[in-house]
Amino acid sequence: MGLPCIHCGEDCGKHPVMWNDKPFCCNGCKTVYQILNQNEMKQYYEIEKMPGIKVETHDVGDKYAFLDLDEVKEKLLDFSDSGTGKVTFFVPVIHCASCIWLLENLNTLHTGIIHSSVNFPKKEVYITFKEDEISLRQIAELLASIHYVPEITLDSLDKDKKGKSDKTLIIKIGITGFVLMNVMFYNIPEYLPGGEFLGKKFTEFFGWMSLILSIPVIAYCSNDYFLSAIKSLKHKIISIDLPIALGITTLFLQSAYDVISGTGIGYLDSLAGLVFFLLVGKWYQGKTYQALSFERDYKSYFPIAVTRINNGKEEVILLEKLQAGDHILVRNMELIPADSVIVKGDGNIDYSFVTGESLPVLKHSGDNVFAGGRQIGSAIELEINKEVEQSYLTQLWNQESSSEKSESKLNDLVNKISQYFTAIVLSIAAAAGIYWLFNDPSIALFAFTSVLIVACPCALALTVPFTFGSTMRQFGRKGFYLKKTEVIERLNKVTTIVFDKTGTITHSKAMKIEFIGDSLDEEKLLMIKSLVRHSTHPLSAALFQNIEGENFYEVNNYIEIPAMGISGEINGVKINIGSRKFVTGKDDNSESLKTEVFVYFSGKILGHFEMENRYREGLPEVIQSLKDKYDLHLITGDNESEKENLKSLFGDKATIRFNRSPTDKLEYIKKLKERGKTVLMIGDGLNDAGALNESDVGITIADDIYHFSPACDAILESKRFKDLHKFIKFTNTSLNIVKVSFLISFLYNVFGIYFAVAGLLTPVFAAILMPISSISVVAFATFSISFFSKSAFKE
Amino acid sequence: MSIIFLLIIIGVIVAGLFLAGFIWSVKSGQYEDSYSPSVRILFDDHKESGNTDTKPNENKNRDNKNKNNNSKDSN
Repeated sequence: MGLPCIHCGEDCGKHPVMWNDKPFCCNGCKTVYQILNQNEMKQYYEIEKMPGIKVETHDVGDKYAFLDLDEVKEKLLDFSDSGTGKVTFFVPVIHCASCIWLLENLNTLHTGIIHSSVNFPKKEVYITFKEDEISLRQIAELLASIHYVPEITLDSLDKDKKGKSDKTLIIKIGITGFVLMNVMFYNIPEYLPGGEFLGKKFTEFFGWMSLILSIPVIAYCSNDYFLSAIKSLKHKIISIDLPIALGITTLFLQSAYDVISGTGIGYLDSLAGLVFFLLVGKWYQGKTYQALSFERDYKSYFPIAVTRINNGKEEVILLEKLQAGDHILVRNMELIPADSVIVKGDGNIDYSFVTGESLPVLKHSGDNVFAGGRQIGSAIELEINKEVEQSYLTQLWNQESSSEKSESKLNDLVNKISQYFTAIVLSIAAAAGIYWLFNDPSIALFAFTSVLIVACPCALALTVPFTFGSTMRQFGRKGFYLKKTEVIERLNKVTTIVFDKTGTITHSKAMKIEFIGDSLDEEKLLMIKSLVRHSTHPLSAALFQNIEGENFYEVNNYIEIPAMGISGEINGVKINIGSRKFVTGKDDNSESLKTEVFVYFSGKILGHFEMENRYREGLPEVIQSLKDKYDLHLITGDNESEKENLKSLFGDKATIRFNRSPTDKLEYIKKLKERGKTVLMIGDGLNDAGALNESDVGITIADDIYHFSPACDAILESKRFKDLHKFIKFTNTSLNIVKVSFLISFLYNVFGIYFAVAGLLTPVFAAILMPISSISVVAFATFSISFFSKSAFKE
Repeated sequence: MSIIFLLIIIGVIVAGLFLAGFIWSVKSGQYEDSYSPSVRILFDDHKESGNTDTKPNENKNRDNKNKNNNSKDSN
């Protein structure tokens, strides 16, 4: 073990890059340190230890050239006037206090930046700058130079209006809270002994004040409930919002009547309290993970601009302007934006994100390449066949219609209950009214309204937001992020679980490696490690990780041939490492389905490495505990090399399918759904995007949750995969807690209705019963969730 | 006793001002990020470079926190 890098904290190995007596793991980290040191910004390293970010490729080149385009500028700038511009960048790597400090002191690095501030939960930087001193492109390059690489995608060009509704909700809560406090204050003399000494004038005055203050609550703050009640009535559904709207209206009308007629002070404090609790519940439920995106389509994966070759000249154009027949240049690590043909150069294309296939594919000039692949190696020239929107995979990802269907089909527990609830309450109210009409007509109407008031299902309506809201928070703390609370209920109904293989149940990078042939001594292993150190190929990286040792040899005459292998000389010994064809000279026509890497040492073939994907930790336990309760399916784009392994792992009942294309996966889910199954799909890449979208619940496994992941209902951190079954099981606990909470709130309702039917509902009674019922239900729900989650997720 | 009428009217007006302050603070986006102000306040001002730009921002956020508490408690 070497020293930790001062910048990023990573192990520096045996030969750290030294500067000023400080160790760095790579030149990139050293450069950032130097930049900050020059500008006297060493505080960055004092706020948090080793806060930096390691970036593998440092050469920015023309990556941000598109930011010089006027169309991009216009879309990206939040504001631009008389030489001052404002821009928002999404920087997913923001993670600590040091990041905030550095990004808010960008003006020390460049005088053209006037002001910058960070929104931590959204991981965004707002930058105000002088347009004549620094361009948008230079800002992006400045951020990239200190390794805070901004993520600019097609998506970010379409401005979102997401935050707005959240703001109005908070304002509504504020207003209702204000009214609640004031009205409660006016009503206290009524409730306390001795209040009657104040005289009738005061009662009237307080009544009118309460009534006036309550108008914004009924007219503005609770309008969502009225709108939703009307909307569901139109669809002939009785939702929970209907009895709420009914209760609120009755409360207001009864109180208004009391105040105007001078008979009392009304129930306006109860009204404000009710709306206040409901809105708080709504806010609690709606609080989601701001920096995570569950709605991504290909637009957030694709670049904004591409380099077009026009009459031998390179020019940067917007992706949407790309047409069939255009020639474009795709450099190392750049994405192929549309289906096309290679015109010049050799492509070494990594489709890992699109198809799940972990190894790059070699393509020669004249070959077709699909959109979504990433070029590794030297630049290639392509001729576009199809426009971006019509490319094979883009079309697959764009099938979104089906996900909406499952949304409206959802008949959740609350709405089912509220149908009966509303009917029962209305009939009780009517019965009470009719009974009193014959016995004491003076209180008939009052009894009727009292029932509606007291039966307003406030506690009932709060149960779900708080139970599911705190379940979602507990899950979030454990690395499982839900898009919405509704996902919990859907997850509980799942009957069938479909897994993807590569990247989902296996690690996307780590591999199991075995050497077959003559045994290798330590020296030879170290020589291999020294050689593969120079290559960026995924297999080289895997070998490098798996061989121990730190003393590297010097490599001479190093050559890398794409899709073949690498060779070089160490201490005069010629070493070739690579494919069968490259090392042995024979064609690769073996039956073996495993990935093989052959090794040649000075005239002799020593043998080959066999590489297999490694399963995620805890996979056997997860499968074991899901096997009995659910139908398990595994569907993968890979070959059958691991068939036996998987069979024994998944058991005989499970269905396993190999060599499936992304479209096959989608069709597979569709068929399962047609057979009446509720399907949970667990996948990772864009190749699963269609299936994730089609399934009832789609979970994406991600190594880095802030990075791109396909549209889904939930994101699971890959290191928490071992808890998958616990999460699924816990949804059942949540649902049980909801049921118990329902029972509690029903008891309150029965108790209240008993008094209401008897015509005994006084304002003070309502003012005490309603908050107590709400608070006790909320407290029960949140505490029991946190209590049960502790035992459910014990290590 | 009639002074109470006046007091109550004044009370509502004062509380209303705090409510207006609260609404303003929400609209200006001060509740969007509750983490960074809490660490921003702990940053030392750099001696060498006069980064005064960040200062007003810090104060704003601090004021706002008090205001928020008041608007709920003032009654």
